[in-house]
Amino acid sequence: MALSSKDLLGIKGMSRDEITHVLDTAASFKDVSERDIKKVPALRGKTVINLFYEASTRTRTSFELAGKRLSADVINISTSTSSATKGETLLDTARNIEAMRSDIIIVRHACSGAPAFLAGRLRSSVINAGDGAHEHPTQALLDMFTIREKLGRLDGVTVAIVGDIQHSRVARSNIYGMSVMGAKVRICGPPTMLPAGIEKLGVTVTYDMDEAVTGADVVMMLRVQSERQAAGLFPGVREYARLYGLNRTRLQRANPGAIVMHPGPMNRGVEISSDVADHSSVILDQVTNGVAVRMAVMFLLSGGVKPEA
Amino acid sequence: MNILIKNGRIIDPANSIEEQLDLLVVDGKIAKTGKTGSLSANGAEIVDAAGKLVVPGLIDLHVHLREPGYEYKETIATGTAAAKAGGFTAVCCMPNTNPVNDTRSVTEFILSQAAREASARVYPIGSITKGSKGGELAEIGELRDAGCVGISDDGRPVMNAAVMRRAMEYARIFDIPVVSHCEDADLAGNGVMNEGFTATELGLRGIPNAAEDVMIARDIALAELTGARLHVCHVSTRGAVRMIANAKSRGVRITAETCPHYFSLTDDAVRGYHTMAKMNPPLRSAEDVAAIRQGLRDGTLDAIATDHAPHATDEKSVEFDAAPFGIVGLETSLGLSLQLVRDGVLSVADLVTRMSTAPARIIGSGGGTLSVGAAADITIIDQDFEWTVDASQFRSRSRNTPFDGWKLKGRAVRTIAGGVL
Repeated sequence: MALSSKDLLGIKGMSRDEITHVLDTAASFKDVSERDIKKVPALRGKTVINLFYEASTRTRTSFELAGKRLSADVINISTSTSSATKGETLLDTARNIEAMRSDIIIVRHACSGAPAFLAGRLRSSVINAGDGAHEHPTQALLDMFTIREKLGRLDGVTVAIVGDIQHSRVARSNIYGMSVMGAKVRICGPPTMLPAGIEKLGVTVTYDMDEAVTGADVVMMLRVQSERQAAGLFPGVREYARLYGLNRTRLQRANPGAIVMHPGPMNRGVEISSDVADHSSVILDQVTNGVAVRMAVMFLLSGGVKPEA
Repeated sequence: MNILIKNGRIIDPANSIEEQLDLLVVDGKIAKTGKTGSLSANGAEIVDAAGKLVVPGLIDLHVHLREPGYEYKETIATGTAAAKAGGFTAVCCMPNTNPVNDTRSVTEFILSQAAREASARVYPIGSITKGSKGGELAEIGELRDAGCVGISDDGRPVMNAAVMRRAMEYARIFDIPVVSHCEDADLAGNGVMNEGFTATELGLRGIPNAAEDVMIARDIALAELTGARLHVCHVSTRGAVRMIANAKSRGVRITAETCPHYFSLTDDAVRGYHTMAKMNPPLRSAEDVAAIRQGLRDGTLDAIATDHAPHATDEKSVEFDAAPFGIVGLETSLGLSLQLVRDGVLSVADLVTRMSTAPARIIGSGGGTLSVGAAADITIIDQDFEWTVDASQFRSRSRNTPFDGWKLKGRAVRTIAGGVL
């Protein structure tokens, strides 16, 4: 079974069945990466373009490996080497790439809606690899995959997402996805970093991190960016760490067996203590699972037909 | 050329006239009105306005004609052709051209171009500060002498309250309106749409209502301090309506306009990252739309302007963040505004007041009336004409409208500017 649309632009609008199907497919791909020969021919002859207008190591590498492990030809284009520096528009760049017969274009862009803008104008499948503060669907899928793997379910799980919700595409995608999958989502951060009307998404909102963590099954920490301090959103890292940092003491309020997640890159000692990050988190499992989930997404967008191995 | 407009229903709020009358234009002026069939043509061209409204020519207080400097977006010729097509006999053009209209030479250029090429009257608005940079005052006396009817740093609001205070004081010499685009630049930040749930879902940076409200509060205080005439541009928030109503009740010399998009659309129109729904101030919430309509009904909002802001197709065919603010409005304004009449928000006479009589009063231009002796600026409106907006057919050089494909009822069928059909 393929995905119902040409593109993966966001989790919003995906059904429980669709998400489950992606996660199940990812599970079947996970062992490919554990083999000696980490390759299946599922996307042989397909051309995948990583079009990244924002710096990224983890996500770009993850997509690249996912494509290569499916035997696709994968090309990376990043801003520093692209025509963007010569003043070419996003649409012109994408049309030129497509003229070389791409099948899947993976787009990361600082402007919310940029992947949707391209998806409406290109024949290629577009995968949103993070757009502005809008969505980061494959991150949410890998997060849900990881929770399901570690806790055995998503339904009824209590998830606390803590930090800069306002600027977080990861938070939005996870809120949509986890809500559809039956998880209970709590949002926590300083009011300066909570977007208007977020409670309308069916989440509970608190400024008090202890309250958010208490009884949680999953604690998901978000990266806080230093430029938010200059913009007046918080006074400094010291106070931020005190009010919204996850440390061992605070983590004890969570349910026994609770897992700690972070989409990376982490600011150790700010939103998460090294102790928690290194000894009590599933952060590296998230990264491992990211490859499998992205393999599943590319596979399903390409028609979802497995050739004989 | 003489014109006899027959069988129409004349709506002239300035003279409290709403009746079936014929109207004779002689030598570019309104010569007389009389009972249907009572005026003889005497060789005048006859225009049959049976079943139609005959109203003083519509006046748009707020357009961007883009000339000089941005002729690829619009020119004085194309912008006024769009105006005429939309029923406007006069437009006020904002000073954010290149160069900025901050000196006599730019004003004179605009007026000389208009004399050669325009299909409607052009009333320039000069800048408040040199280069609209918010620092030193422009030579407002020179601008006034050259033909400017008001001053504004539209789109680049004067952030320094002391500068705005001095501008208002200085404008009193000439008793021209200080036309304020009310927006606190720091609060607006790099926002691209209304702050609220829609922006949260789309992940777009928001501009809160407060960005508009705090500036209106400031400008009202300064108008009270200085006694200047303040005209507030493109009101979009319920808070602004409330504060303007309050200021009026206290006798502050304040007038205000809104635009059709602020009573026709909410920020939901942005969904899908539609750059045609990106303007400044941004489309607001349903509560704000309701307040704008109420403000028009009770007269808190004096005028309907368009903020006609042409941009080239390529400029709007980009990421939402990268697209310029603004939409064209001259050719859709009347059709959208007539919906207010059908919705019971405005009477026809009130609509004519908001689109002609009041604008003329605000800029002191004359016009806005069908009084005998007045210039023959006349718009004939077919209220029942059903049509579909087709941006590709606009007289404007630009097509950036969120209303493309909308079915509208009512439009101008003849626009007579200065007695010219």
